[in-house]
Amino acid sequence: MSLDLSSENRMTWVGAKTLVDPQVSIKRGALFVAENRIRNMLKWWTSIIAFGLGNPTLYLLSIGIGIGSLVDNSLGPNAIDHVSYLTFLAPALLATAGIQGAMDEVTWPTLEGFVWDRTFFSMNATAITGKQIANGVMIAAMVRCVLQVFMYELCLLAFGAISWQSIPILLLVASSAGLGFSSIMLAFSASIKDDDGVFALVGRFIITPMFMFSGTFYPITSMPIYLQWIGWISPQWHATNLGRALSYGMPIESWLVILHWAVFLIMTIIGFSWAHRVFTKRLEA
Amino acid sequence: MAKKTDAEAMIVATNLTKTYGEFKAVDGINFTVRKGESFGLLGPNGAGKSTTMKMIAATSQRTGGELLILGKDPNTSGPEIRAHLGVVPQQDNLDRELKVWENLMIYGRYFGLSRKFLKGKIEELLEFAQLVDKRNNKTEELSGGMKRRLTIARGLVNEPEILMLDEPTTGLDPQARHILWDRLFRLKELGVTLVITTHYMDEAEQLCDRLMVMDKGKIMAEGSPSELIKKYSSKEVLEVRFGSDNNASVAEQIAGIGERLEILPDRILVYAENGEKALEAIVKKGLHPVTSLVRRSSLEDVFLRLTGRTLVD
Repeated sequence: MSLDLSSENRMTWVGAKTLVDPQVSIKRGALFVAENRIRNMLKWWTSIIAFGLGNPTLYLLSIGIGIGSLVDNSLGPNAIDHVSYLTFLAPALLATAGIQGAMDEVTWPTLEGFVWDRTFFSMNATAITGKQIANGVMIAAMVRCVLQVFMYELCLLAFGAISWQSIPILLLVASSAGLGFSSIMLAFSASIKDDDGVFALVGRFIITPMFMFSGTFYPITSMPIYLQWIGWISPQWHATNLGRALSYGMPIESWLVILHWAVFLIMTIIGFSWAHRVFTKRLEA
Repeated sequence: MAKKTDAEAMIVATNLTKTYGEFKAVDGINFTVRKGESFGLLGPNGAGKSTTMKMIAATSQRTGGELLILGKDPNTSGPEIRAHLGVVPQQDNLDRELKVWENLMIYGRYFGLSRKFLKGKIEELLEFAQLVDKRNNKTEELSGGMKRRLTIARGLVNEPEILMLDEPTTGLDPQARHILWDRLFRLKELGVTLVITTHYMDEAEQLCDRLMVMDKGKIMAEGSPSELIKKYSSKEVLEVRFGSDNNASVAEQIAGIGERLEILPDRILVYAENGEKALEAIVKKGLHPVTSLVRRSSLEDVFLRLTGRTLVD
């Protein structure tokens, strides 16, 4: 490249004091962060769609239909909760999709923002605050979460596992579980100094057991009592149980309905206040 | 300095302090930066430059003293101040997944600027950073110099009142550095206030109107490059080499020649009004340096005098 020392400088310049109103970012900073995250996600939109539709299709074909016909054939077509095995399974699968979708969009981007590319530090050099970055990452994660759950629902609908009327409530339940769990994961990811495979451990020792022991494949009450506690503390079970009650009318106590919602709410509150603290502190260091 | 009106003061630090536990990273420093000035912070690693920069950038809170940036207190008005600053960090932190133009777009959005305005601005900035052909490349495909120019362009997207550059040319080859200096000089011509940290003396001489030399969290000296040289060094410097093992013993014999001696592992620096005469005096003592060189004093000499260290050690 030549030095090009002669070219004219045509930059217009009115100055930031005239050009930038800080109040815009103070009010809407989180949305600007979310805008960036969504722009990043769009780079992977084919993978997101392929995974969003491909994963449930394969899963429903193998587990839903395969195991479903085994269960329905041996126990009768409406043996669990008076519905087909596939219908019984559907709320649990949606809860997984919601939790996984939201989690993917808070864990890696947060590690990228703090450790790999340090993009959060560049955001924080503008009017954007740490709190807004955390909120923005979560807003984008919820967009992905809702989208992923919705795609899953379309597959379930195609397989006849859910009714179209139950789409909104199941979407709300699965996304709430996603919000609760990923709020905690947002704060946790922001606390990681180096990526030394910690998310692989989270996957193996938290996500997988949560999936296996949360009444996903059979009612939690079929498990011995000393294993049932895993379900009680898992947002996966709360979402599964609530989803079953609200979609096909599995009978549960009304206090339990309140408890399920409360679990998501409490996780969200704890997660956000922790995340806000960690984000602010880490950007300041 | 105090002659100008306060309305022009962009940054005023009074007894500015930052401690981490027992460690004082910045130890009660005072300085003022005025509008349109190009202000340099010099110092070895760990001198407190970056910490000072972070406090000016309103991303790190001071632990003592007063600091006003654009007339506001960063401890209470961080976002308001940052909205009007441009920051070029030491480490490029561009978004790798995004294209060159997208990096400028999202950064402009953080300031709440409209997409319509940014479309035009991005063209100007790409032109300025000489990256027009690279607009659709991902940032990971850029060379070090290009990334640096993009980071600088990004820092200009909001037309900042103060542009802060932390080690802007570290790690770049000489040509890339010269391109960057030219770009920064143009900003100076536009009247942008620049705050620069560097440990390259030539860079400081090229870009800065006024310098502050820091060491161990304190200000060692302040002034224009020529003032500092005049105050802390002699007019000329004679550099003589007698071989690494002999420098120290020879130094004892030539003490008294020139105003001051500085003994470095590989050479002896003789500070004198007239370097040639100092060399004659050495030869008269029957000493014959392996090599000798007479040059004008530079900021490097000032730095050596003030901190007892060369800059890149």
